[in-house]
Amino acid sequence: MTATKHAPPFLLGSTAPADRAGSNAHPVNKFPTIRPGFRRLVQLASLPMLIFFMVPLAALLLRSSPNQWLSSLSQPHIIQAVAISLGTTLIATLVSVLFGTPLAFALARDLLPLRRVFDTLIDLPTVLPPAVAGIALLMAFGRRGVFGGTLDILGIHIAFTPIAVIMAQTFIAAAFFIKAASIGFAIVDRELEQAAGLDGASSWQTFRYLILPLSWSAMLSGAVMTWARALGEFGATIIFAGNFAGRTQTMPLAIYLGFELNLDTALTLSVVLIGFAFLALLLVKQFLHRDWI
Amino acid sequence: MKQRTIILIIITLLLVTACSQKDNAPTSAPQTESDQRETLTIFAAASLTEAFSELGELYEAEHPNVRVMFNFAGSQRLAQQLAHGAPADIFASANQLQMLGAVDAERVDPEDMEMFIGNQLVIVYPPDNPGYVRRPLDLSYPIVDLVLAAEEVPAGQYTMKFLGNASQDGALGSDYKSKVLENVVSYEENVRAVLSKVQLGEADAGIVYESDISNLSPLQIGSVEIPSPFNIYANYYIAPVTDSTRSELAEDFISFVFSTEGQDILIKYGFLPLF
Repeated sequence: MTATKHAPPFLLGSTAPADRAGSNAHPVNKFPTIRPGFRRLVQLASLPMLIFFMVPLAALLLRSSPNQWLSSLSQPHIIQAVAISLGTTLIATLVSVLFGTPLAFALARDLLPLRRVFDTLIDLPTVLPPAVAGIALLMAFGRRGVFGGTLDILGIHIAFTPIAVIMAQTFIAAAFFIKAASIGFAIVDRELEQAAGLDGASSWQTFRYLILPLSWSAMLSGAVMTWARALGEFGATIIFAGNFAGRTQTMPLAIYLGFELNLDTALTLSVVLIGFAFLALLLVKQFLHRDWI
Repeated sequence: MKQRTIILIIITLLLVTACSQKDNAPTSAPQTESDQRETLTIFAAASLTEAFSELGELYEAEHPNVRVMFNFAGSQRLAQQLAHGAPADIFASANQLQMLGAVDAERVDPEDMEMFIGNQLVIVYPPDNPGYVRRPLDLSYPIVDLVLAAEEVPAGQYTMKFLGNASQDGALGSDYKSKVLENVVSYEENVRAVLSKVQLGEADAGIVYESDISNLSPLQIGSVEIPSPFNIYANYYIAPVTDSTRSELAEDFISFVFSTEGQDILIKYGFLPLF
């Protein structure tokens, strides 16, 4: 990757936190090349898109009142949906980090044959309609799937269980972590690694004590993106895991069904979902002092 | 990399905020050559898909200046779309409740709505019958993984009614309903999804409309009749939409549905004639 050239300054310099905060000020701002007139123009031109993003979200908030949220939030089926969503997405994120990190490193350092092919393969779930992912998972792990027969004999049932929810979420969302972590690994300065090697560090020690700490912010932001995407997963879940309140009904499923029978449920859960996603993304951006997740 | 990240931000924002499934776009009969023709837009229950498509083609053949467009989806979804102002000329619902939803939204005049065909429920199982389903009682045995339509869907409401009837009757045991519901592994968002999951062998049994399996051979799906004392009679309702600009055409199509020709086509697809 040629990313090293454009790496954020704090990753190239010393790792001392004080230093990082200091170099975080954007160098561009010191030498303004954008004149006030043009700045206004750009601000004005940005408005339509901003409004387009904000109006539907604001409308959701306006259509329901805080009282309504509170009373809806005390209903068991809503609590169940929130609990299942939080539980499954956290596990899906953990699985993505645990098994995605080696893969991300392999991709970043070209340690796999056919790297480009695998790199593209990982992108696929993010561009495919989730329904395709759901059908594919069913064909692989369903009762009559490629592996389903074997699993069935072992007494393992995946379809219609929370495990299926987690698998659907991981399938769709893991790529966000893998991509982010892979970029993080790729921009670690090779000279630092060489220095560590000269000082007698093993490959594992270099990875554990140099590369991981230097990439943690990229990994964290990737993990949050994976989590947020998993939270919104709908299509693959309803096909592969089905819909059962208290077992496989996540917030998006409850919203979709609620829209048809109980609009209040749908509105409340939509607000909760937006709240979670927005807060998580905002926190990470604040926490990491960076604008590019 | 900056560009990549900007693209990533845009993509992820889109993905994260996109929680809703896209609605079914109206599907047209495959004729597009002239725009001179009048277009009749019909919102019809998902279970009517095959039968109404044939009715539409026949109607177009008899009326060369008319193009019939369908929007097939769950009746509850169609009622929602109508309530939110979707333009349509005719609404055909799989039950009365959703038709009344359109009445509440003042898109349908209650005096215009008419029952036009019936349907019944049937138990289905994969051809190799892994759950050993041979009669309705078998659904209450714990080995059966059952898939039903969600209660939001008319088929789901009818299913609950059938289970209630069966429990009240007592022949299958007064706890029949609760035992059957314990076997449910998923409540699907439409009746066709129930059929798909049973056909795929993901579930041991499901409950769908008689008309859903009319074009499937016993090699594709197994079925068990539900005896008439418990079975429900699903009433399909049809009505012109009040603010339609083609109300005469709409009335004409509805009378075509009620004609012997129209009824015969519906019956061919497994629907039940009106009493």
